[in-house]
Amino acid sequence: MQNLLSWMTFFPLVGLAILLFMPGAKENALKVWTLVVTIITFMISLPLAFDDVFKTSAAMHYTEFSKWISIGDFFQMNYSVGVDGISLWLVMLTTFIMPIAVLSTWNAVDKNVKGFMAMLLLLETAMLGAFISIDLFLFYIFWELMLIPMYFLIGIWGGKNRIYAAVKFFLYTAVGSLLMLVAIIYVYYYGVKTGVATDGFSIVEFYKLGIPGNLQTWLFLAFAFSFAIKVPMFPLHTWLPDAHTEAPTAGSVILAAVLLKMGTYGYVRFAIPLFPEALQTFTPLLATLAVIGIIYGALVAMMQDDVKKLVAYSSVSHLGFVMLGVFAMNLQGMAGGMLQMINHGISTGALFLIVGFLYERRHTREINEFGGLAKKMPIFATIFMIMTFSSIGLPGTNGFVGEFLTILGAFESELRWYAVFATTGVIFAAVYMLWMYQRVMFGECNNPKNADLKDLSAREITLMVPLLVFVFWIGIYPNTFFDKMNPALENLIKQVKSQQQVAMVVPANTGAHSLGNPRLTHPGMPPQGHQ
Amino acid sequence: MENLVQIAIQNVNIDAILPSLVLCSFGMVLLLMNAFMPRGKSTPAAWFSLVAIIVTGIVSLAAWNKPEFGFFGGVALDNYATFFNIIFLVAAGLTILMSDDYLKREGYPVGEFYTLILFATAGSMVMASGTNLMMIFLGLEILSVSLYVLAGFFRNQTKSNEAGLKYFLLGAFSTGFLLYGIALLYGVTGTFDLARMGEFVSANPEAISNPMAVAGLMLLSTGFLFKIAAAPFHMWTPDTYQGAPTPITAFMSAGPKAAAFAGFIRILILGLGSMKAEWTSLLWIIAVLTMIVGNVIAIYQTDIKRTLAYSSIAHAGYALVGIVAANEIGVSGILFYMLAYTFMNLGAFAVLVLVGKKGEENLTLDGFAGFGYKRPWLAIAMVIFLFSLMGIPPTAGFAGKFYIFAGAVKAGYIWLAVIGVLNSAVSLYYYLRIMVAMYFKAPTEEFEWIKMSAPVVASIVIAVVGVLYMGILPGGVISLAKNALF
Repeated sequence: MQNLLSWMTFFPLVGLAILLFMPGAKENALKVWTLVVTIITFMISLPLAFDDVFKTSAAMHYTEFSKWISIGDFFQMNYSVGVDGISLWLVMLTTFIMPIAVLSTWNAVDKNVKGFMAMLLLLETAMLGAFISIDLFLFYIFWELMLIPMYFLIGIWGGKNRIYAAVKFFLYTAVGSLLMLVAIIYVYYYGVKTGVATDGFSIVEFYKLGIPGNLQTWLFLAFAFSFAIKVPMFPLHTWLPDAHTEAPTAGSVILAAVLLKMGTYGYVRFAIPLFPEALQTFTPLLATLAVIGIIYGALVAMMQDDVKKLVAYSSVSHLGFVMLGVFAMNLQGMAGGMLQMINHGISTGALFLIVGFLYERRHTREINEFGGLAKKMPIFATIFMIMTFSSIGLPGTNGFVGEFLTILGAFESELRWYAVFATTGVIFAAVYMLWMYQRVMFGECNNPKNADLKDLSAREITLMVPLLVFVFWIGIYPNTFFDKMNPALENLIKQVKSQQQVAMVVPANTGAHSLGNPRLTHPGMPPQGHQ
Repeated sequence: MENLVQIAIQNVNIDAILPSLVLCSFGMVLLLMNAFMPRGKSTPAAWFSLVAIIVTGIVSLAAWNKPEFGFFGGVALDNYATFFNIIFLVAAGLTILMSDDYLKREGYPVGEFYTLILFATAGSMVMASGTNLMMIFLGLEILSVSLYVLAGFFRNQTKSNEAGLKYFLLGAFSTGFLLYGIALLYGVTGTFDLARMGEFVSANPEAISNPMAVAGLMLLSTGFLFKIAAAPFHMWTPDTYQGAPTPITAFMSAGPKAAAFAGFIRILILGLGSMKAEWTSLLWIIAVLTMIVGNVIAIYQTDIKRTLAYSSIAHAGYALVGIVAANEIGVSGILFYMLAYTFMNLGAFAVLVLVGKKGEENLTLDGFAGFGYKRPWLAIAMVIFLFSLMGIPPTAGFAGKFYIFAGAVKAGYIWLAVIGVLNSAVSLYYYLRIMVAMYFKAPTEEFEWIKMSAPVVASIVIAVVGVLYMGILPGGVISLAKNALF
């Protein structure tokens, strides 16, 4: 299809425009329409997943380019989008998880359905736009746009503390990204000054900047801070448990599955390749924070009485693994980290759905309120069990592959000791997840309120099945996914390493940018300097 | 002697003052009309003044790319002046649209209201096209005198009286400073003409360190900074903005403020360009102070009108960042931002005009509880304006701030840009709070008193279109702003 990425990104917006003119009282029609729109969006994106070009080429594909804002010598900002092995699976995850999120709200949302659905569709456009942008300015626009729907999703349809959680979410994320904005402008002018940036905010050109070391430090800090809030990394994670706990189920699912990935993706796509030297300086610090996040998240999760909070803190722990793998800067670690992003999206998304099922039935999430549900709800128990294993990382499930590779990657890099500590996180994960599962599902069913809980309905099973398929697919044959991300990751690692070596050989501020890596030229990109 | 008169007549160039002349003529006709109209009928005056705005707009646009000069170089109707003229006319037009029903509701359906808006706008235009200190001062006075009356227009309301009086007393005081500044600069350079002043200062570098010149710069800046409500000269703003009739508050926060920026930028860059080091270091501090004071105090407000008043102080601070940058992108960023701010702030005030009951006792955060559910479309418009005021893409407010901060970064003022964005972050809090009230609180009111009058709705729609157009496709307006630089 021509302009596949644009169709995919803006189709939800088209759906939103039509949704606005549908009568608000016909709630079922609104839900069905939103489901149809998200499914069509998924269908549009499907050819990406089956395209074998990603197996051999690290370049951007499906690129589209058009001038957006071009003001003489002031600025050039382009609508420049594309997909490579790094963003491919994140795009797919987004389009895949959206219909599931919509389906999960069928009975959960009872007030202002129209507004809810509108926010979901707006969010989908913003998320997809952020993943496919290869113009830094365009990325920033989508990145900020994501805040608006999520703010309303938490604030309007959330739980008791929703206002606090929504405002906290917005402020945390916005503060980080505003500092990044200054850094983006600075990088652009640096590019213009050195003559490297001829095509607006194109990141492919920015990769070749070779910014001197001490400048890199500041710029990296601005980017890293912004992404670290989004990931979230310890100690900037405090918005996450609040946001997750208060958000409605669909909001939590999307937040966990996609929004948090924006932060890790931001590191892989922007912070690391743009500032490779600064990365070297900060790797020990960031890896330390990642490991603290792994262990701290796990310990706090263990102490939770609220199932949803437990899952939220487990996210902090899981994302720590992703970051550790990424900072290892070798193929195992990177690929493991990227896969772990997908895994976390699937298994944590599923766990939030499961919590949602419980909450819809009992209107509580306190672990103490449950017990012995396995006998009442056998199908639920099975699915919950599988997802628990996936989250722990049991061999055969997706979690195992991702965590194993990230730890392996870290172990083989300079981060060996970090890997050793991170491994304890795997054990802790088993403890808190299994303990929670045991308290909720096993034992005697003493609480009379649990006596006549119904097992999962056909709709609920339908939305869990696709997730289950991927738990085992990735667990048993992950190469489907690795094949397509490896070329891009190899290229990225090579590029970063070569710039780091250049920086070591040449004193930092003597124009290292002239020694660019020839493999940086992405053949899929539009020719440079075409006006 | 006869020769002099002839030269003077040759220097009269009606084309150079045509926009303000047309507007003034309309204003005077309207003044006469009002004398013969029955009291209490203000609607014809509103429509007439709207026609005046549109006709003047056409006349102004005709001058684009066809600069006219006259009056011994005292007036320049260049693109810079035209760009600002359009901002003033947009501000005046939107104000007039939202005024008629408001005046009726508050019990002052008087046609002179519109005459004064027209005169204030004409004064703004004189300021923007003035290239001579006296001409700029003349414009400022035409503008200010109209505004003093407008701020205190509701003569039976104490707070409106307070607004007018406060503005008048402090305004007159600041005018004194401004005149002293002008006199001192004249003393140093021997001319009122900005271009010749610029030549003199660059030819005589020792004039820069002349204490009289520095004092002149300071006093002149004080006068302008008062008008744009920069800290620490902002004390009049909250009370005046809160007490003045809501449409006038909206008007004052956009049109006259832009006029003060127009005159100030022209003086600083054209006349005192050689003293850049002096005024950038002065304005750097003022800009930071203004942003911080405006944002921090706005956090503590519970009245939405007052919140917007303090936030307008902060917005003046962002615009000052562009002057400090003093490069092409920073200054054209200011032009862009002034137009963007006109749309978003007047839009927000138009919503307040609709929501306010008689006496406007209900414009508090609590009064807005659940507004989003009772009046969904109006609330969506308000949300768009608020996101634009915050500077969240894709709105005009984001694009404007982006250009201004980009100008600062380009000029090397990175810390100023960082302080600017952090201030934006602070401002998120109080704007979000309005949205929290609108959407996250349960409705306590039915808002049954809101009458969707067509002109006010029209002004809101125009503002929404402006905010989104300048946000999603800012290229057109920013390249116009770039061409508007002198």
